[in-house]
Amino acid sequence: MDAESKAARKQLVADVLSEYPEKTAKKRAKHINVYEEGASDCGVKSNIKSIPGVMTVRGCAYAGAKGVVWGPIKDMVHISHGPVGCGQYSWAQRRNYVSDGVTGVTSWVTMQVTSDFQEKDIVFGGDKKLAKVVDEIEAIFPLNKGISVMSECPVGLIGDDIEAVAKKKTKEIGKVIAPVRCEGFRGVSQSLGHHIANDVMRDYIVDKAPPAPETWVSTPYDVLIVGDYNIGGDAWSSRILLEEMGLRVIGQWSGDGSVGEIENGPRAKLNLIHCYRSMNYICRHMEEKYGIPWIEYNFFGPSQIAKSLRAIAALFDETIQAGAERVIAKYKPLVDGILAKYKPRLEGKKIMLYVGGLRPRHVSDAYGDIGMDVTATGYEFAHSDDYQRTTEYIKDGTLVYDDASEFELEHFVKALRPDLVGSGIKEKYGTQKMGVPFRQMHSWDYSGPYHGYDGFAIFARDMDLAVNNPVWKMHKAPWGKE
Amino acid sequence: MAPLRQIAFYGKGGIGKSTTSQNTLAALAEMGQKILIVGCDPKADSTRLILHAKAQNSVLSLAAEAGSVEDLELADVLKSGYRDIRCVESGGPEPGVGCAGRGVITAINFLEENGAYEGVDYVSYDVLGDVVCGGFAMPIRENKAQEIYIVMSGEMMALYAANNIAKGILKYASSGGVRLGGLICNSRMTDKELDLAEALSARLNSKLIHFVPRDNIVQHAELRRMTVLEYDPESKQAEEYRQLAQKIHANGGKGTIPTPITMEELEEMLMEFGIMTPEDENIVGKAKAAVVA
Repeated sequence: MDAESKAARKQLVADVLSEYPEKTAKKRAKHINVYEEGASDCGVKSNIKSIPGVMTVRGCAYAGAKGVVWGPIKDMVHISHGPVGCGQYSWAQRRNYVSDGVTGVTSWVTMQVTSDFQEKDIVFGGDKKLAKVVDEIEAIFPLNKGISVMSECPVGLIGDDIEAVAKKKTKEIGKVIAPVRCEGFRGVSQSLGHHIANDVMRDYIVDKAPPAPETWVSTPYDVLIVGDYNIGGDAWSSRILLEEMGLRVIGQWSGDGSVGEIENGPRAKLNLIHCYRSMNYICRHMEEKYGIPWIEYNFFGPSQIAKSLRAIAALFDETIQAGAERVIAKYKPLVDGILAKYKPRLEGKKIMLYVGGLRPRHVSDAYGDIGMDVTATGYEFAHSDDYQRTTEYIKDGTLVYDDASEFELEHFVKALRPDLVGSGIKEKYGTQKMGVPFRQMHSWDYSGPYHGYDGFAIFARDMDLAVNNPVWKMHKAPWGKE
Repeated sequence: MAPLRQIAFYGKGGIGKSTTSQNTLAALAEMGQKILIVGCDPKADSTRLILHAKAQNSVLSLAAEAGSVEDLELADVLKSGYRDIRCVESGGPEPGVGCAGRGVITAINFLEENGAYEGVDYVSYDVLGDVVCGGFAMPIRENKAQEIYIVMSGEMMALYAANNIAKGILKYASSGGVRLGGLICNSRMTDKELDLAEALSARLNSKLIHFVPRDNIVQHAELRRMTVLEYDPESKQAEEYRQLAQKIHANGGKGTIPTPITMEELEEMLMEFGIMTPEDENIVGKAKAAVVA
């Protein structure tokens, strides 16, 4: 980026900060930066408490533990333990698709079970009620493979001993009952919830996994998909590529996952991690305890897919390496077709991103593949290692914001006038009312999958639908026209 | 009818709050006042001398049985005792579980919403030990007790507690109407007790409203689950409680905003009275073996 444009970007940051009170401006200044090519990170601070009153977009530890990591495990019943609101508003999860099972019989991802705390549960403690909920789940859903207890704020405040209840009830019913201490007031964002969820998964399932049954035949190609939550079927369009290149996927964590697949974990030869932010913890543990190496991969867009397939294949023998090339070649006509159709329509369009803990960098090259340019990006709850990894993806002069407020985002949209904004439901309608096309990048706007080659076809189509929708030429009021 | 007086008794655990308050309220009843006692202690023993009962069914235990507090009727939780004093206990969980503070809030809201305060001259709250959390501060918050009476003695910890409670009152004095009614010294026969109690009262911008001497007749009456007023109305001690009751009755609207003192000031005061000896900074933090060496 030329010096003049970069100076204008920096002025834009200064303009936004000037709207804040002095103390807030000082704090927020550390979270917004214009990226300098060659720097080792994005030059922003992260994973720090949000400033009261700025309308942060962040979630809480419960959202991270239940909404992200545990909730998609299909054959468990997940209890939202506490007053009804947290359960009500996390009902049906994040469109974590499930391949088999009948809802309410063998799968419970789209259902919601809550202990629905009342005044007396606060005053007298909720442990007895929790035990009763477990009993009722066993009676109504006998085919469940286990239960997770997602602790809401009051449970932590009144000091209920959910671990003791879990232990006692596990003994009685002989299934895993995982107490997850993800009270929303803990930590600064949903990120701590991911960590807590990983630790409980480690202690209550992975490290307690029974030895492989005699019928289990191990192969050198056994891999796990970690940190893909199968939103709109993402994990399926990823898994198919891994299987086509000759690997055997022995588990999906946790999208379309099951207790059995989590127990398979220690038998993997390699862990493939998609969302580093939410599940790197369990990968590090499995590396330490079971000696399983792990590698991050990126299946957004053909250039990153090819790069990742080759990097994964390099860790295996020649058959797999040949398999990777075969897969890349097989999908080349599909990719060429997509690019021929959409690239001319999207070439040179600017996108501004603001997503969670991975996508603000991971989708960057997919946009590049269809000719679009990420002009600004940022994370809700990333840590410094995420911002280091981001430098591989972004260009000189990219605007980077951490834990952005709604005010900042609106201001940047107005000033930068991108051709597309990719963020969440809370940002969607405000952006569209400013006359700027929008795609939800948490839920794929009820579309997807976006992972893999099949997902890329949908991704490119969706972006075209948003950017080139004729409605954006009509939003100017008749009296506003010349 | 005179406007409703709402008062509360606070003080260190074991100081004799419940005994002092029940005897005093019995004396007020003798004066013709209609009284409601609200016990705010999970042990639910604030009304036993009035009811002659070990503990009464509390709002929260009945609510737990019935399902929720909305399922209760006022008549379920209100009991009448000596001289028609109405008694209710908030109750709460067994030690170590749940949230007793929230229980106090729930119970008081229930009583107010259901008209328990109608037709009485006095509502008296008897609150456990110290102000441990927001729930136990409920009676001193807006529109609850107007005057707080701190029961204390000449013992060091009782004085500390009294000062802490004064801090709690100060916190809500500006937002609500709560005032410190005065200190009640329940004598433990410690050295210079009366002087100390008067000195602390003055420092807190309050007054020692009464010095209740120690008399074993109180224990004799307690063994029978009775107040002294009922057990032996002619006794000297009964007369003491009557005096205290009259003083409280005359004290309506005369409460003050307390001026709690710092830990250092309190300790200085204790040293002045010879209750505490000046600290030798050289010995602080040294184990016995180190001092010998």
